[in-house]
Amino acid sequence: MRTAVQGPARGGRKGTRRHRAAALTATALAASLVLTACGSGGPGEESSDAALEVWVYQDASVTVQQAAVERFNEKSDIKAELVEVPGQNYQDKMRSAMGTPNAPDIFFNWGGGSIANFVEKDMLVDLTPELKKDTEFRDSFIPAILNEGKIDDKYYGIPMRGMQPVMLFYNKKVFKEAGVEPPKTWDDLLDLVDTFKKEGVTPFALAGTTPWTELMWVEYLLDRIGGAEVFDRIRGGDSSAWGDPAVLETARTIQDLVDRGAFGNKYQSVDYDSGAASTLLAKDKAAMFLMGSWEYSTQQSNNPDFAKSDLGWTTFPAMPDGKGDPRNVVGNPTNYWSVNSSLKGERREAAIEFLKTTAEEAYVKDMVENGEVPATTDAEEQLASHPAPDFALSAYDLALDAPSYTLSWDQALPAQQASPMLTNIQKLFNKQLDPEKFVDAMKALK
Amino acid sequence: MKHVATTSRVGRPGIAWAVPGVLFFALFAVGPMLLVVYLSFTTWDGLGSFPSVSGTDNWERLFDDPTMRQAVKLSIILTAASWLIQTPISLLLGVWSAGRQKNRAVLSAIFFLPLLASSVALALLWKSLLDPNFGLIAEIGPWIGIENGNVFADGTSAMAAVAFVASWQFIPFHTLLYQGGARQIPKSFYEAASLDGAGTVRQFFTITLPQLRNTVITSSVLMVVGALTFFDTVLILTEGGPGTDTTIVPYLMYETGFQAYDMGYASAIATTLVIVATAISLLMVRISGFTAMRSTREGM
Repeated sequence: MRTAVQGPARGGRKGTRRHRAAALTATALAASLVLTACGSGGPGEESSDAALEVWVYQDASVTVQQAAVERFNEKSDIKAELVEVPGQNYQDKMRSAMGTPNAPDIFFNWGGGSIANFVEKDMLVDLTPELKKDTEFRDSFIPAILNEGKIDDKYYGIPMRGMQPVMLFYNKKVFKEAGVEPPKTWDDLLDLVDTFKKEGVTPFALAGTTPWTELMWVEYLLDRIGGAEVFDRIRGGDSSAWGDPAVLETARTIQDLVDRGAFGNKYQSVDYDSGAASTLLAKDKAAMFLMGSWEYSTQQSNNPDFAKSDLGWTTFPAMPDGKGDPRNVVGNPTNYWSVNSSLKGERREAAIEFLKTTAEEAYVKDMVENGEVPATTDAEEQLASHPAPDFALSAYDLALDAPSYTLSWDQALPAQQASPMLTNIQKLFNKQLDPEKFVDAMKALK
Repeated sequence: MKHVATTSRVGRPGIAWAVPGVLFFALFAVGPMLLVVYLSFTTWDGLGSFPSVSGTDNWERLFDDPTMRQAVKLSIILTAASWLIQTPISLLLGVWSAGRQKNRAVLSAIFFLPLLASSVALALLWKSLLDPNFGLIAEIGPWIGIENGNVFADGTSAMAAVAFVASWQFIPFHTLLYQGGARQIPKSFYEAASLDGAGTVRQFFTITLPQLRNTVITSSVLMVVGALTFFDTVLILTEGGPGTDTTIVPYLMYETGFQAYDMGYASAIATTLVIVATAISLLMVRISGFTAMRSTREGM
C-alpha cells in the first residue's frame, strides 16, 4: 500500500507536462486502489477470507510484530496483515477510524484511558473468558502488567511490547568528578542539588516544553508521599481525591525543587522530542534525568559511548514520612493488543490466536534482542541476550518487585482530563500556578 | 435570457461554467462548515455513534471559559503584531525589489526561499535555533536582551517568538505581492515627479503608496485572516505554552477537538472563528472602499 502511494509522488516531481499528467493519473489510480483496499479489509464487510488488519505504532520495536505476523500467517488459514501507522498521529488516527468500516481488527494501544471510550461504546472484545480458559497463557504475563489492561474488572488488552518504568538516570562521570553517590533518600537528593549547583552542573535535566516529562515528577512524588491509592481514587473517577493533602504536598515539593534550582534556570525552553534534554545529560551539562526506561535505548543510539561507560540508573528515592512504598513504580507498564468487537465467528477466534503469539518463546526472544524488557514471567533467563543485560535486568526486577505499578496519568485518565491536566502541571513548574491554585485547578477537571 | 444567449454566442463564460467550482466549494467548504455549526450544538467524543444534541451548552460554556477569553485576546495580539511587523517590511522590500537591476532579482529570489519550505519544517528549524542550551539563541541571546536564551519561559517572549517565526515565513509572500503591485505603476508618474523636483522619499509617499492602495488591502486581508487561523507553528514551537500563554484560538480548537476529543465544544470554537474572520475581512474591505473597485489610475 505504501509503495503504491509513494511511487507516483516520486514521478510527480519530473518537470514535463506529459510526465505530470501521467503522474496525476497514477496518483488518482493509486488513491482509488488504496480506498478500495481499505474498504474491503475492514471488519465492516463480512468476507471471511480477508486478512485481519493489525495496526501497530511505527517505531524501532515494530520488527518484533513483523516477525510475529509472518509466523502466524504460516500456520493460520486466516491471514494477518500488519499496518504500521507513523507514531505521532497514531492516537488520532485510530480514534477517527474506530466505529467506521476502516477500523483495525486488532490494534496497539496504551490500555487505560486510551481505550476507555471504546469500552464504553462496546467496541472491544472482552478477553476475560479467554484468559480464564487458557490459564497458561494468562500466567505467562507478570500479573501487575496484565492487570493494567483491565477496565471495570474485565481484560481488554494483552501485553505486546516491553515494560517502560520511569527511572532516575544519572551521569556517572559528573558524579565521580563531584565525589558523590546517587541519591538513596530525599535528603541525599536535596544535598545533590546544592552540590551540583556549586559545580555549575544542572542537577536535573527537565524538558519544560514537553509537559509529560514534568508529569513523571508529579507521579513519583505523589506516589511516595501519599501512596498509590491516591491516584487510584482519582483514576476511579473521584475528582475530589485531588484535594488529598498529599497532592498539595506534592505541588509544594515541586515548587521547592524549582526554587532550589534543581532544574536549572532555563528548563522552560528545553524540549524532549528534539533530544535536547537527553543531550544535556550525555554532554555532562546535567547530572540526573527522570525518564522512562526507553531513555536507555535513546542514549544508546544517539550517544553510544556515553550509554556504554557513563550512563547510570537508580530508583526514585523515598520521601521522609511518605506513605508510599519506595518499591512502587510509575510509567507505562507496556503496550497492549486489543480486538475490535465487530469481528465475529472464526475471524474473532483467529484474532485471539494471533494475540497468543505474544507469549511465545520466539516473540519474547525477538523482544529481548531488540533491546526491550518483556512483560512475561519467563523473560529473566532470556535477558542475558539483551544488548545491555545489566540494564534490562534491573528494569525487569524493578517492575517485577513493584507492589504497585501506576500507569502514566495522561494515559490512565480520559483524554478530556489528560490534556488540561498536563497544562496545569506545566503551569505549576513554571510557577504560573501556586500549589493551592494547582489543587483547585485539578479538582475542577471533568 | 437574452443576455445569456448573447454571451454564449460569443463564447464568453455563462453560469454553467461556474458549476464545477460552485459544486467543489459547496462540497468541501460550505458543507463541512454547516456540519460544524450543527456539531457545535451537540456533545460528541468523535467515536462512531451519532452525536447527542445538547442544545446551547457548548455556547454557554464558550462565553464564560477563561481559556477561550485568553485565546481570543492572544489571537488579537498575534494578528496585530503580525500586521505591524509584516506590512512595513514587505512593503519596503517589495518596492525595492520592483526595480529591474540584476542584483535585486538575485536577492529577491533568495528572500523568497522561506515561503517554499513547509511551515512544519520551518518551525522545527526555529525550535532548534531557539534551544537555550544548544541553539543559536544560547550564543546571541545575551546580546539582544534575552538572558540565558530562555525564550519560552514567559508568555510575552514566547508570543514574540511565534510572531517572529510567522513573519519570517510570510514576509516573502507579501513582498511578492508588493513587488507585482509596484511594477504596475507607470514610469511616467515618476518621470513627471522628478521633473517637478520630488525626491525618492516624496515619490514613495505621493506616488508609490497611494498607487499600492489595493495591494495593501489585499495583503492586509490575507495577513489578518492568516494570523487568525494560524496554527502549525504554535503546535510545534510552543504547544500553546508556557501554560496557556500562546494558546491562540485555532490551537485551542485543535486541543479541544483532537486531544481532549470534545468535538462539540471544538466546533463551537471553530464556528466563532469562521464568523469573526469573515466579519473582519468583510469589514476591512468595506471600510477601505475596496468593493467600489475604484481604479488607482483615475484621472489618467
